[in-house]
This record gives sequence, C-alpha cells and structure tokens, in this order.
Amino acid sequence: MALSEPDAPDPETRLTASSRAKDKSPWNWLLLIPIVVPLIPLFFNGDSPRVFGFPRFYWLQLTYILLGVATTTLVYQMTKKRG
Amino acid sequence: MWRDHLTEIIVFTLLFLLVSGMGFVAARWRAPKDMAHLDEWGLGGRNFGGWITWFLVGGDLYTAYTFVAVPALMFGAGAAGFFAVPYTIVIYPLVFLVLCRLWSVSHRHGFVTPADFVRNRFDSPVLALLIAITGIVATMPYIALQLVGIEAVLKTMGVTGESALARHLPIIVAFAILAAYTYQSGLRAPALIAFVKDTLIYIVILVAVLWLPQKLGGWGAIFDAADAKFQASPNPNDGITLNANNQLQYITLAFGSALALFLYPHSITGVLASRNRDVIKRNMSALPAYSLLLGLIALLGFMAIAAGVTPLPGNSPGSVDSNTVVPVLFDQQFPDWFAGVAYAAIGIGALVPAAIMSIAAANLFTRNIYKEYLRRDATAAQEANVSKITSLVVKLGAVACIVFLDPQFSIDLQLIGGVIILQTLPAVALGLYTRWFHKGALIAGWAAGMGLGMWMLYQVSSPTRKHFGGSAFPLEKFGFDTPKTIYVGIIAVLVNLAVAVLLTLMLRAAKVHDDGDGTTPDDYFADEGDPRVTPGRTRDADAAPEPVA
Repeated sequence: MALSEPDAPDPETRLTASSRAKDKSPWNWLLLIPIVVPLIPLFFNGDSPRVFGFPRFYWLQLTYILLGVATTTLVYQMTKKRG
Repeated sequence: MWRDHLTEIIVFTLLFLLVSGMGFVAARWRAPKDMAHLDEWGLGGRNFGGWITWFLVGGDLYTAYTFVAVPALMFGAGAAGFFAVPYTIVIYPLVFLVLCRLWSVSHRHGFVTPADFVRNRFDSPVLALLIAITGIVATMPYIALQLVGIEAVLKTMGVTGESALARHLPIIVAFAILAAYTYQSGLRAPALIAFVKDTLIYIVILVAVLWLPQKLGGWGAIFDAADAKFQASPNPNDGITLNANNQLQYITLAFGSALALFLYPHSITGVLASRNRDVIKRNMSALPAYSLLLGLIALLGFMAIAAGVTPLPGNSPGSVDSNTVVPVLFDQQFPDWFAGVAYAAIGIGALVPAAIMSIAAANLFTRNIYKEYLRRDATAAQEANVSKITSLVVKLGAVACIVFLDPQFSIDLQLIGGVIILQTLPAVALGLYTRWFHKGALIAGWAAGMGLGMWMLYQVSSPTRKHFGGSAFPLEKFGFDTPKTIYVGIIAVLVNLAVAVLLTLMLRAAKVHDDGDGTTPDDYFADEGDPRVTPGRTRDADAAPEPVA
C-alpha cells in the first residue's frame, strides 16, 4: 500500500488551512475497499467451498462485515485528532 | 387459538408494559431544564455519546419490519433476500465522512432536519419544501410497516379476530401508548427503550443461531433443505445463490438502498442527536455488529424451510402471510416463555423506529412547513409544541393506513419510499460537498427522478400483481435484449443527477442568478467545543454521566 500517514499540519503556518484539511487524508481512500469489494458478485456468488456448512455465498458476505469494520476502524484511528 | 399461547402472551405483555413505563420515565433521563425546544424534544439535547447513539441508530435502522420481512424474503426467494447484508456493509464506509460534515454544519446552524440544511445551503425554501415533503411521504409508510411487524407476531399468538376492528385493537392500544410517551419524552424515549429492545434481540438471535441448527441437523442440512425447495419450485429466479439474471439487481439494490438509508429523516435525526464527530465515526465502525445480526436473522428464513414451517393464511382467502414465517418458527421450536421473549423483541423492536420516524416527520413539518410557510415568528417553545402534536397525527395516520387499507398498500408505499428518498441525494448529500449545482437544476432533477422512478415501479409486474410488483426493473422494457433486471432507484437517481448537471451548466451559461449560500466552508468541519457550535442549552444539566465513551 503506497499510502503514508499525512504530515501533521504545522499550526503556525497553516492556521486557516488546518481546519479545512481536517477531513482530508489519504487514509480515507481505503474506505473504497469495503464499498467496492462486497458489490462484486464474482467473488461471493457460489456454493463451494462450504465453511461450517455455509455455502460461500453466505460465509463470504458475512466475512465482508469484518472487512468493513476493520477498514473504518483503521481509517478512524489514523485520521483522528491527536491529543 | 390464543389460549394455546397464553404463556407467550403473558411474557409479551409484561415486557411490553416494562418498556412503556421506561418510555414515560425517559423524560427525566438526562433531563434538560427546559424541554420546550426542538433540540431537546426532537434531538434529545444533541448530546448523546457513543453507546446511546449506537443503540439509538441501530434500533432505528434495523427495524422490526426488517427482522420480519428479510427472513420472509429468504424463505420465499432465497439468495436474493440476502442483499440486506451487503447493503448494510457498504453503507458505513460510504457515509463515514459525509455524516460528519452534515453533523458539523447542522450544529453550527442549529439545523434539525435535512431540509433545514438545504434551505440554508441553496437559499431556496421551495427546494427545502420538496425535500421535506419527500421525507415525510417516504417515512409515513415506513411507520405503518412497523405495525405489520407487530401484527405478524400477534397473529401467531392467536390474538386476532373476525372484524377488522377486533383484529387491530391490540395494535391501536400499543400505538396509543407509544404516542403518549413519545409526546411526553421525545427522542429520549426511543433512546432509552432501544437498550432493552436490542438486548432482547441479541439474546434471541444468539440462542436461535446456536440452538436451532442443532435441532435441524446442522447448517449444512439447513442450506440443503433450502436448496431442495428452490430446485423444486418453478420460479427461475430463486435459489441459494444468484443466477446470471438477478446479480445486477442484487448489487444495485444493495448499493441503492445504502445510498438511500441516511437520506431518510429518521436516520439523520439519530446522527444529529450525537454529541460530536468522534461519536459518529466510532459508530460507523461499531454499527456493523447489527449487520451481522441481520445476516443471521435472514438465515432464519432458511431454518424455517428446514423446519417445514407453513406461514399463516393472509387476510384475503387463499393468500399466505409470509411475514409470519419467523414467528411461527419460534412458536414451533422454542419453549413458550422464550417464544414470548422473542415476540416481545420484535414488538418492542417496532416501537423504537416508529417513535424516531414520527419525531423526524414531525420535525420536518414543523421546521420546513409550519415555520417556513405558516408562522414565521414561531418561538422555540411553539416549534416543540407543534412537533409534539404532529407526531401524534403522524402515528394516527400510520394506524389508519393499517386498519383501513390493505397492508399491501403500505408495503408498496415503502417500496416507492426508498426510490423517492433517493431523489434527495443531489441536494442533501452532494450539497454537503459542493454548492456548484443551481437550485433550479436540482428541482428539475428531483422532478425527473421522481417521475421516472414512479413510472418504472408502475411497470414492474410480479406473478401475483400487474403493477408495483417489486423494485427489479426488467431492462428489456428499455429495449435491451436481455432478461437482466436492475434496481429502479439507481436508474432514477442517475437520471436525476444527469438532469441536474446539464441544467446547471445551461443555467450557469445563461447567467441565471443563483449564488445564495448561508454556510461557509469552515462550517463543515466544526466540532464539539467550537465556539460557534450551537451551545447545548442543557450542558449544565447533564449530570448523568455517559455509560462509556
């Protein structure tokens, strides 16, 4: 992943820009993953392999919930205000 | 016969009375000095922390109707009903940043409804009125559907009657109680009750998914039983996986529903009631716990197939009420007292969203119709009062819908509701990011999306109905040579956007004046503690600490 943590804005020089830039972070692009991946039927639309008796259609889509939680948690942790 | 279900009825009634009591006491929970303000009655003081917001928004989005209708869909059609899972996965990353902007601008300006924001952003009372009316129309049938959820439970317990009035009496009583405590306590009532509701639901589902598969021969056997049923059925579009023709419908329905969810006024009410941006962001990570719950609930539909459940007959002779699938499954498989708990979970599960939805609809009426057009100089206390009364009217309307009209009518309206609320996307969601759109173009786009959406829904037929047979629009009606179907809402909102973009370009080129904007770029990042954030009138009264967070 080519994403790196954004530079902390220097409060002295970017006073006005800092509040505007608060929402902007390259980490936010990660949010696209749990939006796009669950909407690709090629991945989940099938019966095998079964896991604990669940066809792939069901277990994989339930697993996507973890993908969503992990991504939003990561983005939140990486972009939250320090201090 | 109701006598066979006496234990269930007693447990159900006791739990129902317990939460009703909580609803009335809620007025004193985190009590403000002055309740006569929409920020208090309608948004619970705008001061809910992480846990309360989680229960409130979770209880709001995942309604009783969802818990009854999704497994019913799985029971009837199989995999297609599972769209609710990807729908509730993509929703949170999708709105993660959007809702924070909405929260910030709303707190700075004291907005209570999405139409308040549009009014200010585009300086257009007309556009705001359209957004408000769309919201109210989309919400009303949703409230009525919560009653369908309770009725499915009551019917299974044998609480039913010959005449329409006898059949609906329990519902009328339940809604009268709900109306009374919502009137008194406002958003605090559903926020407090949501704790009980969700705890009950989590317990019931946990027991169901751990215990029922053992009784039914394991998960593998459950899916095999469902597979066998759909193999035998003549319908080509059912099955435990999707086929080539309904995949597009599946993903567009999931995505379109996700786009629509946080445009519903009641979802926004829950978000605006939170204390700060952090609460929202953390909830976007925590709310998917409900999606897991919903996925497991959906699978109850397959368990019902494996258990050989037959749904109870519907109101008209010869029809079946597929919404009774899960209640009947519980009745067959659980001991009576636990089935009673499960029914109470569904019944109470209907009350939370019904209360929030009626509050949201009432706020829209008060802020964007009453104050805008009827009484410009209304005081905060008058606003709160109008909202309280309107919430009663809204609930009365919902009950009337169920008692006097075929419940199918509410289901149709709800289907339409999802499509029409999506038409507010350009003004509300995109409006949070850009003021580029011309207000006239947004109005025209809205009208185009609404018109096209209604026409498409009218064209959809099902095996039992000629029109309004669902939201899966056959692409062959557009002249494509394909049996594939697509979700109506997606097409309608794309056309809406196209019209809005083209007209904006034309109006801007023609130099038609439109540059009013009551917000500044900085408004969209304001957070708790910002000197210009509307001060909570009640912060000093907030003696009760948060449970966590």
